[in-house]
Amino acid sequence: MPFEKIVTQRFDNVEAHKIATYEATGGYVALRKALDMTPQAVHDEVKAASLLGRGGAGFPAGIKWGFCPPGVWPRYLVVNGDESEPGTYKDRQLLERDPHQVIEGCLLACYAVGLTQCFLYIRGEMAHAQERVAAALNEAYAAGYVGKNILGTDFSVDIVLHWGAGAYIVGEETALIESLEGNRGMPRLKPPFFPAAVGLYGQPTIVNNVETLANLPWIIDRGADAYTAMGAENSKGTRVFAVSGHVNKPGVFEVEFGTTTFRDLIEGSDYAGGVRDGKAIKAFIPGGASAIWFYEEHLDLPLEKVTIDKAGSMLGSGAIVVMDEDTDMVKACHNLVRFFARESCGKCTPCREGTTWLERILARIMAGHGRPSDLSLLTEVCESISPGMLWPPRQTTICPLGPSAVSPIASSIVRFRDEFEDYIKLSDRRVIPVGSA
Amino acid sequence: MPRLSESNLRVAAEIIGRYPRSKSALIPLLHLAQEQDGYVADDAMQHLAELLDLTPAEVLGTCSFYEMFKREPVGDYRINICHGISCHLVGADELIHHAEASLGVRQGTVTNDGISIEGVECIAACTEAPCLQVNYRYMNKVNNDGFDALVEGIRDGSVSVPKHGILALTRQHIPEDRAAGNALVETNVAPAWWPEPAAEEGSS
Ligand SMILES: Cc1cc2nc3c(=O)[nH]c(=O)nc-3n(C[C@H](O)[C@H](O)[C@H](O)COP(=O)(O)O)c2cc1C
Ligand code: SF4
Ligand code: FES
Repeated sequence: MPFEKIVTQRFDNVEAHKIATYEATGGYVALRKALDMTPQAVHDEVKAASLLGRGGAGFPAGIKWGFCPPGVWPRYLVVNGDESEPGTYKDRQLLERDPHQVIEGCLLACYAVGLTQCFLYIRGEMAHAQERVAAALNEAYAAGYVGKNILGTDFSVDIVLHWGAGAYIVGEETALIESLEGNRGMPRLKPPFFPAAVGLYGQPTIVNNVETLANLPWIIDRGADAYTAMGAENSKGTRVFAVSGHVNKPGVFEVEFGTTTFRDLIEGSDYAGGVRDGKAIKAFIPGGASAIWFYEEHLDLPLEKVTIDKAGSMLGSGAIVVMDEDTDMVKACHNLVRFFARESCGKCTPCREGTTWLERILARIMAGHGRPSDLSLLTEVCESISPGMLWPPRQTTICPLGPSAVSPIASSIVRFRDEFEDYIKLSDRRVIPVGSA
Repeated sequence: MPRLSESNLRVAAEIIGRYPRSKSALIPLLHLAQEQDGYVADDAMQHLAELLDLTPAEVLGTCSFYEMFKREPVGDYRINICHGISCHLVGADELIHHAEASLGVRQGTVTNDGISIEGVECIAACTEAPCLQVNYRYMNKVNNDGFDALVEGIRDGSVSVPKHGILALTRQHIPEDRAAGNALVETNVAPAWWPEPAAEEGSS
């Protein structure tokens, strides 16, 4: 393979979380290099690398950084380590196994954009990641990499470890900011609350995902040209994917963007090693629970943002979930919809009510109380959340969580309609208690 | 002792000092209260309100939004079994049924010796499915026997997990002489390393 691992380069080293190991393997070299450059030059390098955000939306980081209104201070960095999209497992590994790489990434972003304080928001349930990052920050402060006058320069920034308390919606960037302000984690309306303009405490705020930032030390150390030499036309560099579900060797793999296909990842012997027990694949989720499902005919698509967007789904959070031929698609669909129903923050009606009803209708179908009209009812409720049930989704809601609950239904209700109908055919119509299923 | 102890008050003061606005410390302090008592007591919320200059209702408003905060005693060992999609596909529901039968309690209730089980959403260990957490410590690829061994280990003390409420065992500590200090929200001043305004114009 003619590519180099970037963010997972130290994963084989069980000591990589310690500062001495990190320094011995090229750590904090990029920071020293950046401090000899102007902030603008560092920013330009990241822009030239076309580093795409890894939190889900895939927005180029260097361009986002440019959205801060000039002359408005202070500006903040909020690191999104809330990782809770079902199927997603990468940020926690980066935090536990190579925390200094994330810290160095934060420092580079702060230097380049003039951010004077960084809040590293880690999901509440990740006790070990919190420990590793706390220990790494304590080391980095003692070594002079973080805090006042970093490495003797006039670059000063505090990195504050912050942790959540259990709420998926807090991963949405404006909800993340609400939560960081000590409030209930409910999203804000965009516009006007684009974080880069009006974010934490009303100040310009950059929100980036953990993996996005973890790429920065390599990019600054090796240069944008080396980075863009890897990957495809519209997606440069490498990317981390977690492959889970019905595969022989579930795992987390860093691969080159664009040259690798779903088939390579799911079936390749170096990767997930094929579907368990030699079974056929029935469907797979290409980018986390919010994504539209893909099928066998999509296996040869390259892992590349534009191609996947065009094919009608997304790479999202880099979570590939494989379902084999024996999977009960009604149950799988219900499982995903239940997640969104439970995690809806309740701020807007179509999502709060809609996701609840979708879950109840699916539960009643599974419990053997489905009605023939339930399939059109499901569609109707979906339409009220995401008119047209299109991709990319339209929304009647404040944030994309509502439409995300529509994805599993839009995916399964056409392709696997017979499975839904089979449940309904077998229903016992004498009892139709809505919501009591 | 539901108000924060003297030593926890010192921890609280350090945490509050890191934020430009003190309310930002609320979630970390709720965790601190839960760490002390195993749950967030009413008196603790009252105390936090005093510390952060909030009303008790504001504290409760935030506290009640988040899954991890328990407002009544819940037992020392919480076993959260993931029922997210990746775990669902490889047997999470069966594991939860087994756990209920084996412990003799339903999801959400506590055994006499303080163990509880709950089905929870994805815990970011999907490639290790089916998986669970005991007080937010991971156990990967758990089968029925593995579950029973875990419970036995908790009961005979051979599995050592900090009691419910205790999260990270290492805390961040920013030495006073190393702190950059809070960015003051009210003062519109460019950071020291930022070039003069003329140089900034091309930046966006
Ligand atoms: C419901 C919802 C949940 C999200 N959860 C996460 C998350 O856990 N982690 C994350 O980095 N981004 C998450 N995002 C995306 C963030 O809103 C944001 O786009 C991202 O953190 C920006 O970082 P990036 O540009 O580096 O990708 C979520 C978005 C939505 C709508
Ligand atoms: S779409 Fe759902 S999660 Fe998003 S703001 Fe509305 S109610 Fe909350
Ligand atoms: S689905 Fe169980 S850990 Fe992600």
